[in-house]
Amino acid sequence: MTALLELERVDAEYGATAVLRGVSLAVPDGGMVALLGANGAGKTTTLRAICQMSVRTRGAIRFAGGRIDGRATETIVRLGIGHVPEGRGTFHSLTVDENLRLGALRRTDRGIAGDRDRVCGYFPVLASRLRQQAGTLSGGEQQMLAISRALMARPRLLLLDEPSFGLAPVLVQEIFRILKVINRDEKMSILLVEQNARLALDLVEHVYLLETGRVVASGPPQQIAADASVRRAYLGQ
Amino acid sequence: MTMQAFLHQLASGLASGSIYASLALALVMIFKATHHVNFAQGEIAMFSTYVAYTLIKAGVAYWLAFAITLVGSFLAGLAIERGIMRLLRNAPVLTAVVVFIGLLVVFNGTAGLVFGQTIQEFPSPFDPHAWYGTTYLSPHEVGALAVTLIVLGVVFAFFRFTRLGLAMRAAAESPESSRLVGIRVGWMLALGWGLAAVLGAVAGMMTAPIVFLEPNMMGGVILYAFAAALLGGIDNPWGAPIGGFIVGVLVNLGGAYVVGSHLQQALALAVILAVLVFRPSGLFGRTVVVRV
Repeated sequence: MTALLELERVDAEYGATAVLRGVSLAVPDGGMVALLGANGAGKTTTLRAICQMSVRTRGAIRFAGGRIDGRATETIVRLGIGHVPEGRGTFHSLTVDENLRLGALRRTDRGIAGDRDRVCGYFPVLASRLRQQAGTLSGGEQQMLAISRALMARPRLLLLDEPSFGLAPVLVQEIFRILKVINRDEKMSILLVEQNARLALDLVEHVYLLETGRVVASGPPQQIAADASVRRAYLGQ
Repeated sequence: MTMQAFLHQLASGLASGSIYASLALALVMIFKATHHVNFAQGEIAMFSTYVAYTLIKAGVAYWLAFAITLVGSFLAGLAIERGIMRLLRNAPVLTAVVVFIGLLVVFNGTAGLVFGQTIQEFPSPFDPHAWYGTTYLSPHEVGALAVTLIVLGVVFAFFRFTRLGLAMRAAAESPESSRLVGIRVGWMLALGWGLAAVLGAVAGMMTAPIVFLEPNMMGGVILYAFAAALLGGIDNPWGAPIGGFIVGVLVNLGGAYVVGSHLQQALALAVILAVLVFRPSGLFGRTVVVRV
């Protein structure tokens, strides 16, 4: 399988603070990959490095065959990367509908209204809240809105930064189920950052484990889950 | 005091209020996008008015000169953001303030140098004997009110109903999230500067026939616009025009009946002080709480 996204020995730093050291990873086209690790391991920074969000990087980052490191964030996302950031990136003062339209801002085709219905099909609660200010939504609803906004751009790759953060367990399961459907039915590649290792391991086909800015293990979820140190550190067993 | 005189003061307060409204909206637009108050907004508007004056003197028809001035002001606003303000994106607040004051002095001085310090009469496009003049409002006041309301309406419709307007609102609210949906945030800020300059130019051209054209003509107007923007809530674009009308009426009535016309500007300062002391977020603004 060819890689849609590829990081090759990527270092990343904020100002003088080095966060990533030599991170290499790949997301196959149509694949679903998880990036696991403790707080401060560099998971969010990895996603921010991919989109070049106020972080300096060295090493090659390739998307769909072309180098994207060193380019502007807005140029990178226009190539087909949907980034659901840490904190969800909701436009609080705008309505739910406006948030969704912003997701599709770069598109000029006629499928936008249809796509809004499609994402509202995944998350029916949004359909009833279209005219509401996004800032008044609950945390779970805002997470759904953030994912939906990214989907509205019809990206080839979805980057998700801890979609389970702060949500009730049932809601997390529902969101993860929908992510699986999106990955399977729309052939959308997904790179998922999670602290909730157990959930992520059930969902993806490949896992990278990050520790203090380095990839310390990688492989299929069964293999990672079987690793004794991983079980101790992340699964509480 | 007769009822008629009172109504006259009220109506002309609304007319001048409409001018403060558009300048206040210009201030609010730039504040929302950059969290800076553009102290040079009035001087840029004055300069635009001189450009219109030069065109009209050269024989260009009024409304054509008006349109050319709006386009020129838009491009100038764009250029100021791209050329100067962009370099200050991450600069401390005081640096920006100094640059704004610098811009103010440069525009004021350049206008004096190029166009002279003598007071000029700026034409009104509205015939002083036109049918729409009323007992309470001169045709120019009616016309200025109408022009301002149309311009404000167009600006609000632009922000409310167009994709570009939506993108500009998004960029003002959250630059980082905007980049993630592919918005070129820098250009949105530049467009905001351009639009603010257009609003200022309208205010300048509508003010000039009343106060006469000279390099310091906007000094008083910008003060009222500050008061209007603060009163409406410096981060609320809907509040700015309402603040403009309130300040216009307040200053006019206060000047006529309470403090006298020489202290009208002091009334604007009193409004600014009162807002800052009693209700810093303005009538319609949001209170921002910063956790430290």
